[in-house]
Amino acid sequence: MDFNDTPEEATYRAQVRSWLDKNAVRKADAKDLPLPKTLEEVLKQSKAWQAKKADAGYACITWPKEWGGGGGTTIQNVIYGQEESNYAVPGGIFAIGLGMCIPTVMAWGPEDAKKRYVGPAVRGDEIWCQLFSEPAGGSDVAGLRTRAEKDGDEWVINGQKVWTSGAHYSDFGIVLTRTDPNVPKHKGLTMFYIDMKSPGVEVRPIKQMSGGSDFNEVFFTNVRVKDSQRLGNVGDGWKVALTTLMNERLAVGGSQGNADADDLIELARETEIAGEPAIRNGAVRERIANWYVQAQGLKFTRFRTLTALSRGETPGPESSISKIVAANKMQELGSFGMDLQDMGGVIRDRSVSPAEGAYTEQWIGAAGYRIAGGTDEILRNIVAERVLGMPQDVRVDKDLPFNQAPRGK
Amino acid sequence: MNFDFSDDQKMLKEQVRKFLTDKCPYSVPRRILDSDEPYAKEVWKGLVEMGLTGTAIPEAYGGLGLGALELCVIAEELGRAAAPVPFSSSVYLASEAIKLFGTEKQKQTWLPKLAAGEIIGTFAISEGLHAPSAANIKTSFAGGKVNGVKTPVPDGDIADVAVVVVNAGGKVALAIVDLKGAGLSHEVLRTFDPTRSHAEITFKDAPAELMDGQGWEQVSRILDGAAVLFAFEQVGGAEAALEMARDYSLERYAFGRQIGSYQAIKHKLADMYVKKEIAKSNAYFGAMMLNDEGAELPEAAAASRIAGCDAYVFAAQENLQTHGGIGYTWEANTQFHYRRAKLLALTVGAAIQWKEKLVARLEAKNAA
Ligand SMILES: Cc1cc2nc3c(=O)[nH]c(=O)nc-3n(C[C@H](O)[C@H](O)[C@H](O)COP(=O)(O)OP(=O)(O)OC[C@H]3O[C@@H](n4cnc5c(N)ncnc54)[C@H](O)[C@@H]3O)c2cc1C
Repeated sequence: MDFNDTPEEATYRAQVRSWLDKNAVRKADAKDLPLPKTLEEVLKQSKAWQAKKADAGYACITWPKEWGGGGGTTIQNVIYGQEESNYAVPGGIFAIGLGMCIPTVMAWGPEDAKKRYVGPAVRGDEIWCQLFSEPAGGSDVAGLRTRAEKDGDEWVINGQKVWTSGAHYSDFGIVLTRTDPNVPKHKGLTMFYIDMKSPGVEVRPIKQMSGGSDFNEVFFTNVRVKDSQRLGNVGDGWKVALTTLMNERLAVGGSQGNADADDLIELARETEIAGEPAIRNGAVRERIANWYVQAQGLKFTRFRTLTALSRGETPGPESSISKIVAANKMQELGSFGMDLQDMGGVIRDRSVSPAEGAYTEQWIGAAGYRIAGGTDEILRNIVAERVLGMPQDVRVDKDLPFNQAPRGK
Repeated sequence: MNFDFSDDQKMLKEQVRKFLTDKCPYSVPRRILDSDEPYAKEVWKGLVEMGLTGTAIPEAYGGLGLGALELCVIAEELGRAAAPVPFSSSVYLASEAIKLFGTEKQKQTWLPKLAAGEIIGTFAISEGLHAPSAANIKTSFAGGKVNGVKTPVPDGDIADVAVVVVNAGGKVALAIVDLKGAGLSHEVLRTFDPTRSHAEITFKDAPAELMDGQGWEQVSRILDGAAVLFAFEQVGGAEAALEMARDYSLERYAFGRQIGSYQAIKHKLADMYVKKEIAKSNAYFGAMMLNDEGAELPEAAAASRIAGCDAYVFAAQENLQTHGGIGYTWEANTQFHYRRAKLLALTVGAAIQWKEKLVARLEAKNAA
């Protein structure tokens, strides 16, 4: 057991580093670079960077070259990620598309769709979003009501999605629909991919508690899709969705917010508790220790998952633990960082607050992160039921035809 | 034993609740959140008209001559409504401080106006992104002038008068500054709870008067009293957040069942309730000590504060969580408590400071 690079890995790392040095700016040197101000700027910079990576074989490193990927190994992907994290590069907007949607298209889409869509997505030319959650169901996404009805060689979609991250700048999406309300809920679903510019698709941004608008409501009014845009068989939508959700487990859980134990040490040196340096306070030290251990635990849990992946194993539901830990740590650490600033912690101003306002931002953002991609409660259910094999909760609607299942607001 | 509020006090509470239910539904903090208005003037005016700003000010100075217990029941209702008004700054802090440590002349000058709600007062202690202490107050008082920067000052942009914690020749003291006078400038701050405004105030040879006496003990006494009153706000807020969570968990379905039928949600709500009750009981004792100026006020205040911070922050956070995606939107009312709970958890000092203070007291007592 070790973290040492094999000679081949070391060579790869050196290649990556020299490529990054040529094409990107180190974080330490990027402090004074202006941040992109508009969404257009973010998109432009992100797309340019993604295309550069794709040309050099550093986009979707583990995917075959024929699909525009790097044809590399899981470990190479990890090495690239480690190195890239030292540079100020745009990121994020492709995570859902490349982490969840495109893998679903690759697993279930017809051959011509894969040829058409995978390459441009890898290069960042086209962005994808995930249209699953609805007002009626997020945790219970199989309770969704958006209808798709067959009309000749086409399907007509009507309904509403909600919380769709990035829908406002996405070109395509995968959309889970109900094609048969007369059978139990999991059996009547079908997945399609859809052009977000199709007539009848309307995207309305939702303002978050943070003040930003990263997610949206998406309305479908008589939106026509071809039967060839179907992913998997009619009625197999749930099985297809599980491919997406399994990939989601790998995609999320990475972020823990921008402030960490190290930042807290710095802050605790500069602040006081009852007139003494906060860093000398036992309660502060204990928290720093706990969060450090959690961060390490998350990192090494990920390494174990990656090692399993590199051997061709499929990571199971145990990776669900990562998001529970990460999201709660993000919220509590943010909150505590604000406490150390005492009354000054009410200020929300990147130019004034320590760690460029990271404590406040992550305390706010974590409230959403504890919900996005599976709530704390749902993830605990997954651990209890699927990992520990405990009896399932009573599922009153499981075997009822969908249109007879109990429903509320 | 009669560890409860009197019928009159409960009636006062009912009156305040009725007024706020009517005049301060969530659309009011929402209006303040979405605009540049620093506070809800009409709600403030209504509270003033009910005489509430003069509740604990003696009749001789134009108040109602009631006590801390009456203020506690008012605080609980203000907390429940997450009311966007400068009541805490003006009443729990400025008025109480002047009442406790003002000279006779200062009381005569300021208390009637504060009681009548003609002016708004505040308490300026913080000097940046760290906890204030006896040793680190830099704002100076000398020759009748204050110099320095106080930030953040709650309601610092709208207040007419401030009780300012100053360093007077090496000793901590309290000074009264007329904020409409010379030598002052302020800047409104960006905070995470725009429903309560805060400012940075710069004093440049601002004329000021010292209050009676000196020493950090005075500051502590003011903070202790305010901590008890804020604890009632926290209890009220926690109760509102819990009710919101319960209502939602009864109407929202997932997997064919009310989400309130899942034990994960039931236990979460039960935990909110437990914390809220512990906070309430501590706050009651705090109220009693404050009202009687009891010897255990410092411990009772610290316990009220620690439990109040814990109960409200938890309730607000888990109320949002119970709402799922909708809870994280601007449109949802969950955010008012998420913001306010954290604001109140910082405003007279974070719980970790109070824990140190509490244990130091307990330790000293234990040794004696
Ligand atoms: C920032 C953000 C980004 C998002 N991005 C996307 C996206 O791109 N695409 C997309 O499709 N969706 C997205 N979502 C939606 C997200 O997946 C859902 O919000 C989430 O699954 C919860 O669903 P809900 O909002 O309907 O809450 P509900 O499911 O109604 O949950 C309400 C509460 O009930 C609890 N609960 C529900 N069922 C149970 C149970 N069986 N046992 C115990 N407790 C239970 C929940 O934990 C929660 O506390 C996003 C959400 C957020 C906050």
